[in-house]
Amino acid sequence: MLLLIQYTLIFSSVLVLVALGGCISEHSGVINLGLEGIMVIGALGGALMMRFLGTSSAFVMVLLVMLAAMLFGVIYSSLLGVACINFKADQTLVGTALNLLGTAAATVFVKAINTAANPDDHSSEIEYVRARKMFIVNINGFEFNWFMLVAVLAVIFVAVMLYKTKFGLRLMACGEHPQAAASVGVSVYKMRWAGVLLSGALGGLGGICYILAGVSIWKFENGVAGFGFLALAVMIFGQWKPYRIALAALLFGLFRALSNTYVGFPALAALNLPGNVYNMMPYIVSLIVLAFTSKTSRAPKAEGIPYDKGSR
Amino acid sequence: MKKALKNPGVQAFVASIICIILGLLIGYIVLLFINPEGAAESIVNVIKNFLTWSRPNKKLQQFGNTLAKTMPLLMCSLSILFAYKVGLFNIGAAGQYVAGSCACLYAALAWGWGWLPCMIFALVAGAVLGAIVGFLKSRCNVNEVISGIMLNWISLYTANTLLTKVKEVASPYTMYIKDVNPSALLPNAGLDKLFNKNQYITIAVPLAMIIAIAVSILLSKTKLGYELKATGSNKNAAKYAGMAENRNIILTLVISGALAGLGAAMLYLTGYMRWECTQSSVPGMGFNGIAAAFLGGLNPIGAIFSSFFIQHITDGGQYVNTNFYSSQISDLISSVIIYLCGFVLFIKITMNNLLAKSEEKKSRALKVSEGGDK
Repeated sequence: MLLLIQYTLIFSSVLVLVALGGCISEHSGVINLGLEGIMVIGALGGALMMRFLGTSSAFVMVLLVMLAAMLFGVIYSSLLGVACINFKADQTLVGTALNLLGTAAATVFVKAINTAANPDDHSSEIEYVRARKMFIVNINGFEFNWFMLVAVLAVIFVAVMLYKTKFGLRLMACGEHPQAAASVGVSVYKMRWAGVLLSGALGGLGGICYILAGVSIWKFENGVAGFGFLALAVMIFGQWKPYRIALAALLFGLFRALSNTYVGFPALAALNLPGNVYNMMPYIVSLIVLAFTSKTSRAPKAEGIPYDKGSR
Repeated sequence: MKKALKNPGVQAFVASIICIILGLLIGYIVLLFINPEGAAESIVNVIKNFLTWSRPNKKLQQFGNTLAKTMPLLMCSLSILFAYKVGLFNIGAAGQYVAGSCACLYAALAWGWGWLPCMIFALVAGAVLGAIVGFLKSRCNVNEVISGIMLNWISLYTANTLLTKVKEVASPYTMYIKDVNPSALLPNAGLDKLFNKNQYITIAVPLAMIIAIAVSILLSKTKLGYELKATGSNKNAAKYAGMAENRNIILTLVISGALAGLGAAMLYLTGYMRWECTQSSVPGMGFNGIAAAFLGGLNPIGAIFSSFFIQHITDGGQYVNTNFYSSQISDLISSVIIYLCGFVLFIKITMNNLLAKSEEKKSRALKVSEGGDK
């Protein structure tokens, strides 16, 4: 049971971080379908830091790994910014390209690093057993991960930023009616860039959190198994509102955690279902949830439409 | 020359060539960055693919392998471009392809069906999955990209579970069709002799090309195609004009899913590949289809050539120098190409602007010279 709570919380943290990223980006008017790829690149940044940083201080390690993941995420998301904000490209297409590119680029780089270190090593894996221990505080068998705290802080930070600050309200105006925002002197381009880069930072953070969630070795060929899209489903279920997103993430996190821990429940194990059924669960749940909640969608009105000064 | 450049078809071609060149250039730079020594040779090998073999017979046979794998890719890219013309981004093609693979392999191995029923079963499986996405989109307003991705994973795990029943005992792969049920293999119809007896060249090759032409005709010459495109450009206007917009959305995704499902049958029923029942990621065919669809300028005939090109460099990836590099470099190149396709609109606008400017200059120069004469 403790294990289920632990996994639920850590997977919810991943979903919260990434979904908040998607939420900020969409409030500024850009649909960020590339979150999946941003997660992979963020995870790559963090994993490289864990591999090459030889510090014994847990605080330094946690801080630097998080910063590296955010930095990689921000840099990578700027590819989306350039294409979708400045060149008015199709946001769905570019997002998809970023997802494919993320996995391919991470695989190529990790393999190159491994092969350079040892000519016989052609794997795309990075191992971080020692570093992972620094992220975890063991409280009576419950493994508290610092990312759980970060996720809670992120929810509060994003909620305050969006609803209580001048910046946040302007950002949301650019997603609802950019021409109106521009008419009162808000720079739509700048706001959209801010939205995309912030989503990159949160997406990168979510990525490193995901690979630290349950394992100490990561194979970059696998990507992040649709988690970026699950986060978007969480965001839609949360109606683009930070606190609701947090609740939605808990629900989805629970179903994801079940696939890791169902063996430990006699009632579930007795059903004797194949493990794949549990693997499918989060995706099935999200489909059902989306079917019932999308009708009354509160999506930002101008999301997905490239900003054109001249149109009304 | 300038007149030709104004033609939208030529513009699309030029834009695609620019994307390809830039994509390969970026791939080359990445290789240089990893290790400058073998970069040039490796990128040339990626481009040459089967041409790296010196014996002509081997060349021909490898060419056949690439061609056999081009057909499912072509079907996936047709699936994506068909939906895109109707304003839908069918990223679920990857899952519909998985459903098709699962259906045709299961029917062939467990039930012993012949190749034609297997193929139709794969088509139906893809179409059903497409229908789910279409239903959710039209009735519940669910974004087709997100529901598509969810179905990709659901179908992957379903396929893994079902196909485990027909897998070899000692390996995670499904049994060989040729051992269990040879009647499920697609007929060669003598085409294999053209490619040095490559048994993977089957009727799938001409069939896929005929379907590409059929899709082209359906989209540009029929009432149905016109209605679908009208629904895509403005759902409300289409409804106002008396078209059944919800039915059109579902129908589009059914056709799109059927194309992807059929594509899977075109690969797995040749026996070229077997399903790995423990695979943990959705096969890349559906995603590469996106690259092929956009690189082909969203034109079904263009897709034939772009699919071949994408498959060509994907296969070429295995000829890189593996002492330094990995074959995924070709995935990197094709994803860079998809990214660059996002700029195609910009490239076209720039081209038109440049043309307009040079024309203006000419007419002004003409006026000045006329004025000088007087």
